[in-house]
Amino acid sequence: MSPSVAELLLQRLERTPPGPEGGLCSLEAAAALGLDHQTLVGAVKSLQALGEVIEAETRATTRWELSAEGEEVLRDGSPEVRLFRSVPSEGLPQSDAMKLPGAQVGFSKAMANKWLRLDKGAPGGPRIFRAVDAVQDVVQSSLRQVQEGNGSSLSERERTDLKRRKLLLEVTLKSYWIRKGSAFSTAVVRQETDLTPEMIATGSWRKLPFKAYNFSALGLPPTCGHLHPLLKVRSQLRQIFLEMGFTEMPTDNFVESSFWNFDALFQPQQHPARDQHDTFFLQDPAEAPELPANYMARVKKVHSQGGYGSQGYKYEWKVEEARKNLLRTHTTSASARALYHLARQGKFTPVKYFSIDRVFRNESLDATHLAEFHQVEGVVADRGLTLGHLMGTLQQFFTKLGISKLRFKPAYNPYTEPSMEVFSYHEGWGHWDTPGEQGLACDLLQSTQRTEEVGGGGELRRFPS
Amino acid sequence: MPTVGVKRDLLFEALGRSYTDEEFNDLCFEFGLELDEVTSEKDIISKEKGEGKAEGASETVLYKIDVPANRYDLLCLEGLVRGLQVFKERINLPRYEKIIPAKGEGQKMIITEETVKIRPYAVAAVLRNITFTKERYDSFIDLQEKLHQNICRRRALVAIGTHDLDTISGPFTFTAKAPSEIKFKPLNQSQEYTASQIMDLYRTDSHLRHYLHLIENKPRYPVIFDSNGVVLSMPPIINGDHSKISLKTRNVFIECTGTDMTKAKIVLDIIVTMFSEYCEKQFTVEAVEVTYPNGKTHICPELAYRKEKVKPELINKKLGISETPSSLAKLLTRMCLSSHVTGNGNNIEVEIPPTRADVIHACDIVEDAAIAYGYNNIQMVIPKTYTIANQLPLNKLTELLRLDLAAAGFTEALTFALCSTEDIADKLGMDISATNAVHIANPKTAEFQVARTTLLPGLLKTIAANRKMPLPLKLFEISDIVVKDPTKDVGARNYRHLCAIYYNKSPGFEIIHGLLDRVMQLLEVPPNEENGYTIKATEGSAFFPGRCAEIFARGQSVGKLGVLHPDVITKFELTMPCSALEINIEPFL
Repeated sequence: MSPSVAELLLQRLERTPPGPEGGLCSLEAAAALGLDHQTLVGAVKSLQALGEVIEAETRATTRWELSAEGEEVLRDGSPEVRLFRSVPSEGLPQSDAMKLPGAQVGFSKAMANKWLRLDKGAPGGPRIFRAVDAVQDVVQSSLRQVQEGNGSSLSERERTDLKRRKLLLEVTLKSYWIRKGSAFSTAVVRQETDLTPEMIATGSWRKLPFKAYNFSALGLPPTCGHLHPLLKVRSQLRQIFLEMGFTEMPTDNFVESSFWNFDALFQPQQHPARDQHDTFFLQDPAEAPELPANYMARVKKVHSQGGYGSQGYKYEWKVEEARKNLLRTHTTSASARALYHLARQGKFTPVKYFSIDRVFRNESLDATHLAEFHQVEGVVADRGLTLGHLMGTLQQFFTKLGISKLRFKPAYNPYTEPSMEVFSYHEGWGHWDTPGEQGLACDLLQSTQRTEEVGGGGELRRFPS
Repeated sequence: MPTVGVKRDLLFEALGRSYTDEEFNDLCFEFGLELDEVTSEKDIISKEKGEGKAEGASETVLYKIDVPANRYDLLCLEGLVRGLQVFKERINLPRYEKIIPAKGEGQKMIITEETVKIRPYAVAAVLRNITFTKERYDSFIDLQEKLHQNICRRRALVAIGTHDLDTISGPFTFTAKAPSEIKFKPLNQSQEYTASQIMDLYRTDSHLRHYLHLIENKPRYPVIFDSNGVVLSMPPIINGDHSKISLKTRNVFIECTGTDMTKAKIVLDIIVTMFSEYCEKQFTVEAVEVTYPNGKTHICPELAYRKEKVKPELINKKLGISETPSSLAKLLTRMCLSSHVTGNGNNIEVEIPPTRADVIHACDIVEDAAIAYGYNNIQMVIPKTYTIANQLPLNKLTELLRLDLAAAGFTEALTFALCSTEDIADKLGMDISATNAVHIANPKTAEFQVARTTLLPGLLKTIAANRKMPLPLKLFEISDIVVKDPTKDVGARNYRHLCAIYYNKSPGFEIIHGLLDRVMQLLEVPPNEENGYTIKATEGSAFFPGRCAEIFARGQSVGKLGVLHPDVITKFELTMPCSALEINIEPFL
């Protein structure tokens, strides 16, 4: 078996003197071995993989080479000289001259060198004449120098000029300077890439050399599915509510009547939120077939005349408005339903309710507006609840989220009183941000006829969408 | 939430002291306002139109303050200052007084029968011997605009007209006439137009065109004349030029017409209480007698002070504080609700001034006590309410399945519940009428025409948006779809669906089928015909013929799986084969 390239290289390397000076250039070695340089580079890489057999240091050398066009000039002369030679003493019509190969470049160069002159007024159209008797083809001779390996003798300016004319190419050649490594040997020993069942069975692993691992590379990504990040947040918030003893409310109706979405929440029928451009109303089914008659009568009275201690809004309340179906604009409609059912129970029991679900607003989609987002809502109903209790509950909720600095701002909300917005201090951002609005649901509970018993509820809304 | 823009220096001058932006922001916060932006006219113009256009614009610092939507008394500099000064106990709340002129001397307005069908209500008042400056005048105009945009619901409920009383002479008539019979010179125009011409004139007006629809199709337009036939205004569109107010105006006639009497009264009360500050006899308003078609007369403005009694324990109990009755009365007085303790200390009598139309309920008074006390001074307490938490069974099942589907190598998507009719019908080879979908009446774009009836289009769109990702793409979603259901109180209901999709160079039916088997295993439904699940060949418009099966669980059809039809794949701008599964999970609860 004939020796491999790697072995040939090692044999050559053995003959080099030890120490820092001793070594081989991969280009020279390839030439000496009569091999393509890339083949030799392959051998260098495979030897490198064996560990400390050799040391190889990359070197970049630049060389000047003739382009295909340069080769042509070297053979036939530069375009300007070729053109000059084609112009006879009686001159040549410019139009004919321009038909000659390479005449475009040749003409402009020859004119710049003042070798030719152009007589625009000559009979029969512009005509070219020789302006000098003889010319030297400097370009051709420069290229010849490069071809002969004396490219370095050309001035910088000459070289850039030829490069700009795309006659010369600057070629960067990567080569290796190869030296003996600390474990130098002329014999190539193959290292094992990994442990195999056979090695374990036969015990051969005890004697075999193993290739080193590259610990800086990344591992293979596991083939797995992922949960959606926003829904992971939903699960987290849900978990917090459950930890705090809140029971989940049903929210599985995106379609809601205006009655539950607005009227039951003491939102007057002329309220801006009930405008076409804020809310998605339905064409089909346009109206809710069924509203709770008794409750509706009480809601109507509170809106139009007042009651339960309220002055009301004093306007003509219309059932047609209340029947209008929409896509719920908040999950508070579901809370209203839940509290209504609670109020209809024979005996009041304290409750903590929560929900996290989709709500809809009539927006055009862009980077900062979505027509759908998730709302987080919590309600506590018990006797003797205070605003301090609401704030305490919020404090606990936000602490579980990792936010402990809260500030409460008075706010307006048709269905809670007192109402507030919560601002939380974000340590990372260094400013106050507003994640929620809440309040004691007063009028809402009033019209469900449970006032004497129920102190109030709290509401937390508008979490990330 | 309305935003009021005031000049900072004017505000500080009126408040009698200056603040840093931060100090003022804190004051706002405490009072329930928000200093939204510190800016200037120059800043605003350069932001909206580019820096070059702002050259020469005023650099006076403006404060943009967000005001709660129900506090109409804070919509102008005058009101803001009054509210804050009373809050900080620097001034006492002024007492607004209605002056009823001697018989025969006051202004009168007669409402005719014709208004009933279009704009039946009107109220009016006079501000006597007022002194305007440029700033006061601007604020006066600005307040009307703010009221128009908010409580007046873009002039639909109430429209305000203000006039120089010295240019007109009462009694005034509020009537409605055919558009051709109304002719006058509208505000800031140089010639007379008929009402129909006026409508055409303002059709392209960036501001007024929004109000035209309020009367446009009515046979008669509302109009107010003086005793000489001079047109004061054609509400809710435009005032006449003849009676327009200027900096020199001394006596202002204010009329509010509308379709909601309560709101018209509130609006008039707000305007006169805010600007009577600049009358020679401060905080007095001259009443106007308004006669309705039924012959009844009203003396306007109402300027009613209402008295409420509140128990101090109620306030303490609702807020979780323990203040003495007198200190609670003091807190309320700081909120412009003059209060004092009555009886033997067990009641607080609260007087609600005409500026506070938002106070309609005892809990509004409680809220004001809380604001004056300071929300952030209330001690936070954990309620003693003892409850056992319960998960909603449907959501509990969803949470469990989500985790296992991700563990099975599928990635969760979260897609919109709204889409176009095309997405749920045409693109799936179905007719929209067969989908039983809920249709939206007023979508802004075609992306929101219907609520989805299937999760499949959302997942296909998600794949289309992620075509560059390495294959295979495996997605799932467990979420709600919506269909019409006449048995429900709202006529529609949600169903919780599970949808999964596999997109690769080969259809991978066996992969989707394997996922179904895994889901059924998790749901403890065995693969058999009697009490388990089976799949049976069927046809579905979205599926490739012969590559679609219906899924039955415990004898009930729960969904389909199969290889998608090439037409469906193409319509969603995809190029690879794709198999999908969609089931309703509610039967497994």
